[in-house]
Amino acid sequence: MAEELRIVLRNADRIDPLNIDDYLAAGGYRALEKARGMNPKDLINEVKASNLRGRGGAGFNAGLKWSFVPPADVTYVVCNLDEGEPGTYKDRTIVEKDPQSLLEGMAICAHAIGSRQGFIYCRGEYPYVVEHLRKAIAQARDKGVLGDFDIQVRMGAGAYVCGEETALIESIEGHRGEPRFKPPFPGVAGLWGKPTVVNNVETFANLPEIVLKGAAWFAGIGTPSYPGTKVLTLTGDVVNRVAIEVPTDTTIRQVIYEFGGGIRGGRKFKAVQIGGTSGGFIPESLLDTPIDADSMRSIGATLGTGAVLVMDETRDIVDIVTRIAKFFEHESCGKCNPCREGTFRCYEIMKKINAGRATAADIDNIMLLSKVMTRAALCGLGQAAPGPIMTTLQHFRGDYERKLLS
Amino acid sequence: MADYQEIIASYRGTPGGIIEAYHAVQREYNYIPAEAVKEAAGVFGLSEAQAYGVATFYSYLSVEPRGRYIIRMCESAPCHIAGAEEVIQAFEHALGIKVGETTADGKFTLELTECVGQCQGTPVITINSQPYAGVSAEQVPAILAQCK
Ligand SMILES: Cc1cc2nc3c(=O)[nH]c(=O)nc-3n(C[C@H](O)[C@H](O)[C@H](O)COP(=O)(O)O)c2cc1C
Ligand code: FES
Repeated sequence: MAEELRIVLRNADRIDPLNIDDYLAAGGYRALEKARGMNPKDLINEVKASNLRGRGGAGFNAGLKWSFVPPADVTYVVCNLDEGEPGTYKDRTIVEKDPQSLLEGMAICAHAIGSRQGFIYCRGEYPYVVEHLRKAIAQARDKGVLGDFDIQVRMGAGAYVCGEETALIESIEGHRGEPRFKPPFPGVAGLWGKPTVVNNVETFANLPEIVLKGAAWFAGIGTPSYPGTKVLTLTGDVVNRVAIEVPTDTTIRQVIYEFGGGIRGGRKFKAVQIGGTSGGFIPESLLDTPIDADSMRSIGATLGTGAVLVMDETRDIVDIVTRIAKFFEHESCGKCNPCREGTFRCYEIMKKINAGRATAADIDNIMLLSKVMTRAALCGLGQAAPGPIMTTLQHFRGDYERKLLS
Repeated sequence: MADYQEIIASYRGTPGGIIEAYHAVQREYNYIPAEAVKEAAGVFGLSEAQAYGVATFYSYLSVEPRGRYIIRMCESAPCHIAGAEEVIQAFEHALGIKVGETTADGKFTLELTECVGQCQGTPVITINSQPYAGVSAEQVPAILAQCK
């Protein structure tokens, strides 16, 4: 029986999240002390060597991202707690159970890039998490553990695209959350034009243990190219709908059957979508793939946020993908044409197929459109939106063909 | 009820604080009145069009009056397959309104939303941002009765 390995969630359900003394008693803020005794360059190299890759979806080496920040008077550390990817509740879980780990991780990053101001961008749907975080920050301030680094919480307001780092920055600045053209990347010119590191909650929450136990320890866990653990959130037709933290060499099958307890109601497995609503659909034949980002990419899927939506044999794949197409049509910010028009047309064609009014030509069109969007959209939203369509056409084509006009 | 001018003024010194100010106004009024958008434009040094553009970009913010209880049904894929459609129909039936509408007495507004991050307990609704997990159509009358 596979077992969980808890790094990010090491204190979950073992300490009172709103009592900083509990966190300190569990060894909290010793990593920050150690980090502050290090030269920032050495600290960045240590994080780089751990090969900690961003847990928000893109999987970029965190230390490498920090190393792009040029010396500057003002730099910012921004935590992405937008968590808008449907099926994902990991960042909420981490912050609800152990907010100080996040704050300590942000303060470690602040030392590395010489920042005195951090922001946590929390989605508007989580007002109770905002309250919780503000209490935790007040406790950290009162204890003086953060030193001259301060953290503010800012609220999003229900726009999925604001999880994209440059749209998020626009939103903190008080604008419409439309992505910027890159370059420049936020590391060079981000919030109010200043060098800014944006990382996901889970990425930051990994840092205290990495600093304390060392890069080599972390790099030795799970799959070498994407080491460590991943917090996954199980949803759909799986027995245990829970958040788990497992080494990255755990297979999808282990996730569903050992941790998830298998399919509800004794029914058979049909598909699993991993990484959130933009993730690929995966059939039974690929379930022995490890969950690390590179292995997932090699089968045309993603690890993304680590959301795991399990679907049993009774599920109508085309109907689910139609619902997903509506999501993207709604959430496209409208700035770039391939995404604005593309998500609209994808939804239109999916509705037609789902209603039994489409022909084979519609499938050809949606495939072509999907390819154009993947290549031409400005940000990850439009690029990833066709993923569920393309992967279900690849693995579950029969489900589409059954709905076509003959 | 706190005055919207006072609320917005308290965010004057916060860089980029217009969205925080809108949240605060909405907590009092359940929506952002047109005068508040105008006020925010002045306080944050934006044109009225820009301030309106910000208010309408975000689906969590509303520039239309809404009821005292804002019920939102999550329709993202995990909630969709868990039967969100039936729950929304039960609400429409019980309240006599369609999604997007407010009851004549100004008590309830019914809206759709995307994932609210409580997908361990699908299907999920929120009432004034408070999540309720594992909601079934049968529970709808009891849930409404709790809203005094
Ligand atoms: C449409 C879109 C939505 C995104 N949503 C999130 C999100 O909710 N949370 C997150 O951490 N990253 C999200 N990302 C990824 C961010 O742009 C960025 O890569 C990430 O915050 C960097 O942190 P990491 O390197 O620690 O993962 C999103 C990207 C796109 C294109
Ligand atoms: S999918 Fe409905 S709460 Fe996440």
